[in-house]
Amino acid sequence: MSKEPIIYHLAKDEQYEDLDIEKALTREAWSVALAEMAEERPEIVVLSADLIGATLACRFADRYPERSFNIGVAEQDLIGVAAGLALTGKIPVVATFSVFLLMRACEQVRTDICYPNLNVKLIGTASGLSFGLGGVTHATTEDIAIARALPNMVVIVPADYLETAQAMHAAMARQGPVFIRVGRSAEPVVYATEPSFEIGKAHQLREGNDVTLIGCGVMVFESLRAADILRDQGTSARVIDMHTIKPLDAEVVLTAARETKAMLTVEEHTIIGGLGSAVAEVLAEAGVEVRFKRIGLPDIFATSGRPDYLRELYGLNGKAIAEHATALLDK
Amino acid sequence: MSKREYIPLTSERIRELTLKANDIRRELVKMFGIAGGGHFGGSLSAVEIVAALYFDVLRMSPNDPNWPNRDRFILSKGHASPAMYAALCDLGFFPRSVLDNFEKPGNPLTMHPNMHKVPGVEASTGSLGHGLPIGVGISLGARLDGRDYRTFVLMGDGEIQAGSVWEAVMCAAHYKLDNLVAIVDRNRLSCDGLIAELQCQDPLLPRWEAFSWKGREVDGHSVGEVAAALRAVPYEPGKPSVLIANTVKGKGISFMENKPSFHRANISPEQTQQALAEIATRREEWS
Repeated sequence: MSKEPIIYHLAKDEQYEDLDIEKALTREAWSVALAEMAEERPEIVVLSADLIGATLACRFADRYPERSFNIGVAEQDLIGVAAGLALTGKIPVVATFSVFLLMRACEQVRTDICYPNLNVKLIGTASGLSFGLGGVTHATTEDIAIARALPNMVVIVPADYLETAQAMHAAMARQGPVFIRVGRSAEPVVYATEPSFEIGKAHQLREGNDVTLIGCGVMVFESLRAADILRDQGTSARVIDMHTIKPLDAEVVLTAARETKAMLTVEEHTIIGGLGSAVAEVLAEAGVEVRFKRIGLPDIFATSGRPDYLRELYGLNGKAIAEHATALLDK
Repeated sequence: MSKREYIPLTSERIRELTLKANDIRRELVKMFGIAGGGHFGGSLSAVEIVAALYFDVLRMSPNDPNWPNRDRFILSKGHASPAMYAALCDLGFFPRSVLDNFEKPGNPLTMHPNMHKVPGVEASTGSLGHGLPIGVGISLGARLDGRDYRTFVLMGDGEIQAGSVWEAVMCAAHYKLDNLVAIVDRNRLSCDGLIAELQCQDPLLPRWEAFSWKGREVDGHSVGEVAAALRAVPYEPGKPSVLIANTVKGKGISFMENKPSFHRANISPEQTQQALAEIATRREEWS
């Protein structure tokens, strides 16, 4: 049995020391956006389970304490209470770490929210590798798969701060359950100005006709970095921000599959059941032939560590993505 | 919370409610007869509680099932749905023909109730331990809206083994939800047998009161006692109320009473006739 290597954390942004990268907290964006909507929409209420601060739900709760409920470390109750509030016409927005939201309270999310199709929005934070220091107990790389399997659930994985805010607006404009997956650390800014946002309509960020990189969440930024590296090597990469995993934008996938020679999906999630699986299903059922690879965690639990360290360790940064793309094209 | 007006609980009123309970018992046996079987035990133990709620305590409007000021009733022990269906049908929420096709393909009345299919059903229940948290949410919603309706949640005593129930018990007390009422149909049997042998729950009422609820205990088959106790909520201002209703699983059908095998059972046409005959005899005694 091989031992895990001793972990030494990289210095902050060591891998991008040549760049001046602007970063912002996606976990703050939803809450700030919601607080902006709250005055005109008294039906909005916010709930958390002893993580009002850690999810930054406090950006709303501090301004609207009478419409905020801290249910304590009791996630099953948290979801049931949200369902009950929805039954009285409120729009509950529930924020806690994804691992507790979708796993501890999975049956409540399924049976009390999705089955009756209640108008509840779920904000899962500390997803992916962004809270890698918290380790397996607190960070999750299986949540997209779980959320995607639940009927009636919309699954959104925004790329950055402004897209998270736009996703929150779109979720509030829609009737029914929506899961928005965000991280914990400050993540690179992809959109300098607010992008238009339509649930189920992907953003194509870069034209390209050799290879397509489809990313979600912070992996959109890394896909752009990969595209830069590939461009320097003479390879033209199309980059797609697949912010909605369900319903998936099948059209953008199939168009890219026909117009480029290879396609890679990139996600901070295991390669089982998430973005890569969703794209693979579309490709397989359409019978489109394209070289295809899912990049993400293999069927493992990530070790603990800072996000930049983990992204390098598991090949989830621009350099590694570019290498995978080149290898796939050379196959 | 505004004071409710009720019909005086005279012996004649109690007789009326007892006959309603008997009617529910008859209808649910017929429904299970149509289906060829069902959750007899826990449905029969809940009959007087359901009758007291629907025919005496709940403020509602069958012509307007979504009336915002209606009292809410959540049948958290969703497997007792036929008792609720019988009451809703009697009150005119849906026609008789629907009741007569219980569990038939396409019929809205299913083993576990679906709020989107059946008028008057407040929540889609069936998975145990879900109703009380939902009740807490509705009670918080009522408070936010400044409405004075109450929310009643009926659970089984097997159900209250679920941790989610106790999460909600703590939460309701924290928010001082005196518009919330939990009712425990304490028939002392669950799917696998005697609850006391699975997980001892005694002393039950002190456990709830230790969590800052205020409770009462009644004979759950005395519809008058149940109605009087439910009329009296909240038992203490600023506290949620719990009513422990001591019941008999399979109540009213001699060969089902206290029989774990009748938690859910198939039933022959002969057994159905015998059960209906026992219920008819009791109706004559009360008429």
